[in-house]
Amino acid sequence: MDSGGAITAEDGGTWAFGPAAPLRLDSGGQLANVEIAWRSWGTLNADKSNAVLICHALTLDQHVAGTHPVSGKEGWWTRLVGPGRPLDPADWFILCSNVVGGCMGSTGPGSIDPATGAPYGLTFPVITIGDMVRAQAMLVEAMGISKLAAVVGGSMGGMQVLQWAADYPERIGACVCVASAARHSAQNIALHEVGRQAVMADPDWRGGAYARDGVRPEKGLAVARMAAHITYLSEAALQRKFGRELQNDGLSWGFDADFQVESYLRHQGGAFVNRFDANSYLYITRAMDYFDLAAPHGGVLAEAFRPARNVKFCVLSFTSDWLYPTPESRHIVRALNAAGARASFLEIESDKGHDAFLLDEPVMDSALRGFLDSVRTGR
Amino acid sequence: MREDFREILRLVRPGTRVLDVGCGEGELLELLSREKSVDGRGVELEAQNVSACLARGLAVVQGDADRDLDHFPTKAFDYAVLSQTLQATRNPRHVLSELLRIADQAIVSFPNFGHWRVRWSLLTRGRMPETRALPEPWWSTPNIHLCSLADFAALTDDLDLRVDHAAALVRGQAARPIDPGRGIENWRAENALFLLSRRGAEPEPTGEQRDLFGA
Repeated sequence: MDSGGAITAEDGGTWAFGPAAPLRLDSGGQLANVEIAWRSWGTLNADKSNAVLICHALTLDQHVAGTHPVSGKEGWWTRLVGPGRPLDPADWFILCSNVVGGCMGSTGPGSIDPATGAPYGLTFPVITIGDMVRAQAMLVEAMGISKLAAVVGGSMGGMQVLQWAADYPERIGACVCVASAARHSAQNIALHEVGRQAVMADPDWRGGAYARDGVRPEKGLAVARMAAHITYLSEAALQRKFGRELQNDGLSWGFDADFQVESYLRHQGGAFVNRFDANSYLYITRAMDYFDLAAPHGGVLAEAFRPARNVKFCVLSFTSDWLYPTPESRHIVRALNAAGARASFLEIESDKGHDAFLLDEPVMDSALRGFLDSVRTGR
Repeated sequence: MREDFREILRLVRPGTRVLDVGCGEGELLELLSREKSVDGRGVELEAQNVSACLARGLAVVQGDADRDLDHFPTKAFDYAVLSQTLQATRNPRHVLSELLRIADQAIVSFPNFGHWRVRWSLLTRGRMPETRALPEPWWSTPNIHLCSLADFAALTDDLDLRVDHAAALVRGQAARPIDPGRGIENWRAENALFLLSRRGAEPEPTGEQRDLFGA
């Protein structure tokens, strides 16, 4: 894969919708003065037909490629976005926005409530995947793009992709849904609940009003991240990476991080709290738990996809992903087939667990390259 | 072009919906899309082949004929194609009846175990036949449910299917229309291709179908 060359055009900013264009929420209310932070790569062509929207996962953000402003690390999907990559900025206008409820520039629980002048905290309304997508649709429309060539996402990003297909089928040409599901399972909800309880058990959480007191529930959020991180891997990946290797010579006969895997998790938890807001974590995990695309359609998933019959779908899963296992993707594909949509599906052999969608998986790269090339050339 | 592809291309009406089960790298689907403007879908077991299909812009689902046909809605296609694969399935009878639940017509081709080369090989060597149509030894062949043309014809009767067309296929030669009821064809046809449709009542959706599709 060619990694040379710079991205031809890179842009970004924050779109402020103001008081006249509130975001309608699934909970029944609305959110005024919404701001959506976004980044883009490549140039929108004259007829605005080359736009691809990338939807990010739970703790990721709009910094798909390039350098992350907080962590200083490389963007999270540079293996897909860049010169010579499946989404080449020379061909595509690639857009990604921070979800509403997030903490990387879009309006979320950490934003200032214009009504009080203080951070929202728990007065922020509960948002859904549908709300995130509605905000994206507002952004895309504001940019003058009437139809996206494709919507692409993994994990929670895949949920948004499916929501796009259900809510705005006429405004998208193709969908790529990687390592995701059409609903959160009991196990998914249970795992999220552990994380939320860890955050809320931290005395520095202060009922969500920690910003008022100038503290942060870092310990609780770190524990939540440690637990979640295990679910992104697999038994095989953990064994391969760490086995029973020790940090130092011999056991400490205490509760220090004796094992390398403990040290790794502690590091993951510690690094996470520097870039993520605890209340955002609560709100976004809640949005995922509430996600059940079939629910408004009498529990029949195919009905949700029926208007998307002319959309091309590419659904990918990984063999060792136990967070969103292959049967969840097959469930989506069956419903797409039942709805008569053009669905493709591939289960990729990998021992890397759920995180495989972010890692070195050449089969995923070539499948996405093939699919996206066919979208671009209109085949 | 493969002779069975040529024959399938001839049989399929333009503008129809076609499901190719075991579509490989999508060669037939691409041919049918280009020459007959069909709305094609595929099912394929190998990840690499699915990936190749995606690059051709084809809609292909990874899966196998035994397990994943159940998930397609009833009468979703005009044709379901199963090329040289029936003998490798675990439950050919179920697969065949599923093809004719999903589609109005099925196009099925398979190597004929009644062909004279097979008979001759078994008779003279007394060992499992290895012929040009069936080149692999018994211990590695994927063909676990081989049948003769006469066996297959009996199964179509049993499932109350109508034979709309049958042809004998020999490598490098044009397809030859045959009457599958004639005993001589069971000796002569190296490979057979059938175009089948249901004779009896409309197929019923399965239990899972009803649940999934709200039917």
